[in-house]
Amino acid sequence: MSAEGHDHALDHEHEHHHKETFITKYIFSIDHKMISKQYLITGIIMGVIGVLMSLLFRMQLAWPEESFKIFNILLGDKFAPNGVMANDIYLALVTIHGTIMVFFVLTAGLSGTFSNLLIPLQIGARDMASGFMNMVSYWLFFISAVVMLSSLFVEAGPASSGWTIYPPLSALPQAIPGSGMGMTLWLISMAIFIASSLLGSLNYIVTVINLRTKGMSMTRLPLTIWTFFVTAIIGVVSFPVLLSAALLLIFDRSFGTSFFLSDIYIAGEVLHYQGGSPVLFEHLFWFLGHPEVYIVILPAMGIVSEVMATSSRKPIFGYRAMIMSVLAIAFLSTIVWGHHMFVSGMNPFLGSVFTFTTLLIAIPSAVKAFNWITTLWKGNLQLNPAMLFSIGMVSTFITGGLTGIILGDSTLDINVHDTYFVVAHFHLVMGISALYGMFAGVYHWFPRMYGRMMNKNLGYIHFWVTAVCAYGVFFPMHFIGLAGLPRRYYTNTSFPLFDDLQNVNVLITTFALIGGVFQLVFLYNFFASIFYGKKSVQNPWKSTTLEWTAPVEHIHGNWPGALPEVHRWPYDYSNPNHDVDFVPQNVPMKPGEEELHH
Amino acid sequence: MTSLLVIIVLVLLAVALWQLTKIFDLTQVGSNRDTSEVATDDDNNVQGYIMFTFLAFLYIFTIYGLFKWGPLVLHTPASEHGEDVDFLMNITWVLIFIVQAITQALLHYFAFKYRGKKDQKALYFADNNKLEALWSVIPAVVLAGLILYGLYAWTNIMFVDEDEDTIVIELYAQQFNWKARYSGEDNVLGKANVRLIEGVNSLGVDMADPYSQDDIVVTELHIPIGKKVHFKMRSQDVLHSAYFPHFRAQMNVVPGMVTEFAFTPVFTTAEYRELPYMIEKVAHINDLRAKKSVELVAKGETALDPYAFDYLLLCNKICGASHYNMQMKVIVDTPEDYKKWINEQALLVTQVKEANATPVPAIDGATKMDSTKGADTAVVVKMAMK
Repeated sequence: MSAEGHDHALDHEHEHHHKETFITKYIFSIDHKMISKQYLITGIIMGVIGVLMSLLFRMQLAWPEESFKIFNILLGDKFAPNGVMANDIYLALVTIHGTIMVFFVLTAGLSGTFSNLLIPLQIGARDMASGFMNMVSYWLFFISAVVMLSSLFVEAGPASSGWTIYPPLSALPQAIPGSGMGMTLWLISMAIFIASSLLGSLNYIVTVINLRTKGMSMTRLPLTIWTFFVTAIIGVVSFPVLLSAALLLIFDRSFGTSFFLSDIYIAGEVLHYQGGSPVLFEHLFWFLGHPEVYIVILPAMGIVSEVMATSSRKPIFGYRAMIMSVLAIAFLSTIVWGHHMFVSGMNPFLGSVFTFTTLLIAIPSAVKAFNWITTLWKGNLQLNPAMLFSIGMVSTFITGGLTGIILGDSTLDINVHDTYFVVAHFHLVMGISALYGMFAGVYHWFPRMYGRMMNKNLGYIHFWVTAVCAYGVFFPMHFIGLAGLPRRYYTNTSFPLFDDLQNVNVLITTFALIGGVFQLVFLYNFFASIFYGKKSVQNPWKSTTLEWTAPVEHIHGNWPGALPEVHRWPYDYSNPNHDVDFVPQNVPMKPGEEELHH
Repeated sequence: MTSLLVIIVLVLLAVALWQLTKIFDLTQVGSNRDTSEVATDDDNNVQGYIMFTFLAFLYIFTIYGLFKWGPLVLHTPASEHGEDVDFLMNITWVLIFIVQAITQALLHYFAFKYRGKKDQKALYFADNNKLEALWSVIPAVVLAGLILYGLYAWTNIMFVDEDEDTIVIELYAQQFNWKARYSGEDNVLGKANVRLIEGVNSLGVDMADPYSQDDIVVTELHIPIGKKVHFKMRSQDVLHSAYFPHFRAQMNVVPGMVTEFAFTPVFTTAEYRELPYMIEKVAHINDLRAKKSVELVAKGETALDPYAFDYLLLCNKICGASHYNMQMKVIVDTPEDYKKWINEQALLVTQVKEANATPVPAIDGATKMDSTKGADTAVVVKMAMK
């Protein structure tokens, strides 16, 4: 044992003498493992709320303006008199569903959980670079979630101008009631959320750059770490732009400036705004908004890569190509935002440029998909629930990604823009795919988080019902979009033209309800396993990465003795030079053994 | 009652799950720390077969969808450029289906074929530059083709030549309706600004502008077949989006600026109604409506009207609580019918004069149009009323 390691061991002994109170251990913890659990549980709670909202408005879409007691119970007499959902609360539900799922579940819930858990454990660090900042990051996230949820109880209702909050609709309470107090709380919540996200991201970046253990070069990092690292960089580059947009919108709303507003006549009077442009807001919003979908999907890609290699007992195919494609996607993600704005009224020449950059993203995405498929080829697949979700993620990513070729092409976007075709596309490619990535991560690292195993049979039921329902919901949705049905319509009954789509809507809602109810299987499995799951062995999946070399019981500093040293890349599965089918990263090279992957 | 039922179902579900896990536990014999929750060869076998079944599900569901829901999608474009759009769309769909069929098959077949077995060792296959180059270059080449064709079509659609012979029409959006302003014989729209909105002049047209003297404002859009229509769009309150699905046309309408879109209709409303696909679609819709009507009448409500096809202009950008109900009927006429119709419409300037001429109950009503005789009369009338 090196002298340095010995010191650490002593430090560690010393730490144990501190008595941890309930508050420092479970609430204001600065231990990355506890913070990761806090993120996960908060994310799951927000996810339950977000999914529940979607079920409510799906019921309205399938059985428009019919009375359901559950509406009255959940939405109250004001928004669901006699159990019939009102049109403004419909828009509010759509808005808050989108906000919660994109930001609170798939950004904070996903990145927050797995970046926190895995970055120190997989790079061989005792904790994050700044444990305090990490704690502040979580608590800001928590506060922003509370503020967002509290907006549900505002008298005029929560923000209801869509999760993209385009002004003037979001700026003027005269235009929609939700743009009053509800919108103010939305903006405050997002400002706090962005602060949380920035603190977290900076911490991840610094930790990956500075705290890698001996031997852990950048090209020996597991792909999870690569994607978390790149995700954090995208977040730091793009989230401040959303913050600026939100601040300018607050100025327009509260202090009478005209950044986004001009020439408005509403409720019988001319407003004073002059010279601003809503298109400017759209540019600022999508400068975050588009990278945001990669903030959501990249960590899922990293998790899937890791789980696939482990469960295939094979190296991930094209490790370097995977890193290059992540970097390419990250770079391109910042120069494609205009594809959300082909018909926004911006110069059509810009449309041409953004079509070009957008379709370029298909190339690194295709590389990733083919590399995953090749990873399966001639593997020895251990089909655990985590592996099923990973395969499912590749499937939905391909299905959803392919329709992106239509939406990214400005000419074709003209007619499908803002229809259900878009809804189907992005739910498959970033919603379902990222959720699958998150589920894969939970099933795979649950033993690492809680020292216990989740029940695999419940996991199988959960996956298969979810897989069928996800396609059952979003595959038919493409057709109603191609029929020209706009999104965000409270009901389609004003248009007899769309009467023949009603049966499809009923089918979609049926699948959504079944799929939604079966998430209870996951919730049960998750929470029951925390307390009653079978105790896990140290390395249940026979994985090569460092987190499985740490003891099952969580300790401050992660490893009791010296930090592990790294001698090889993270994907030495079924290496022909070894008898066992996995060689952990901390196993020294045999005399004469060479690294095979270069 | 329903909530009670829901609660009972949830409780039963929880009990069932608990029992299930118990049963699984009892079948496992092992030490305290075990790996029984890790997939065994049996699990791999079962899950591998389900993977294969799922592939079949995907294929069958896709084919079923194409037959069942394929006829619902927009068909035969009603505009000239719509042909180009649909052509590109169809090429793209063929490509998508090929790639989807191959990749999903490989993914799920491999998951089945290489399902884990105890004595099997995976192939150590970490890299192959040739393969990776192959699947970088093929998508790049295919996409290059799509991009080039797409950009060619996009440029043709979006850039309107100012010298071209078009009919200029303004689309005017407000919560929650559309209006259209025809530029009249001079084919130039008079200036307008929301600050000039007043009474019948609900679009804020500058009545002092010589170009506005022949402008016509209507709430139903008529356009002639075979002539390019150049839409200039304004909104008075929030973002809206002018969406003509049958013409493959869409453009956002933005307060504070004028946005544009142009297309040439190629079927009159009457012709489009007679297309075989449309006859079938309308018959189907009327079937559904008839069935619904029976239900409604049974409940003591009024039956639904039978549906006849009309082109529509929809709002496709969330614009407020009644967004779902913002529409305008669009009628494509023969040139003769169009001429006849437009000649029947009153000029805005006449409407404004008439409105000012009629006694207005509200005393502070609008009468800033001073230089015209009509306005003068209005003032006189008002004074008389006092």
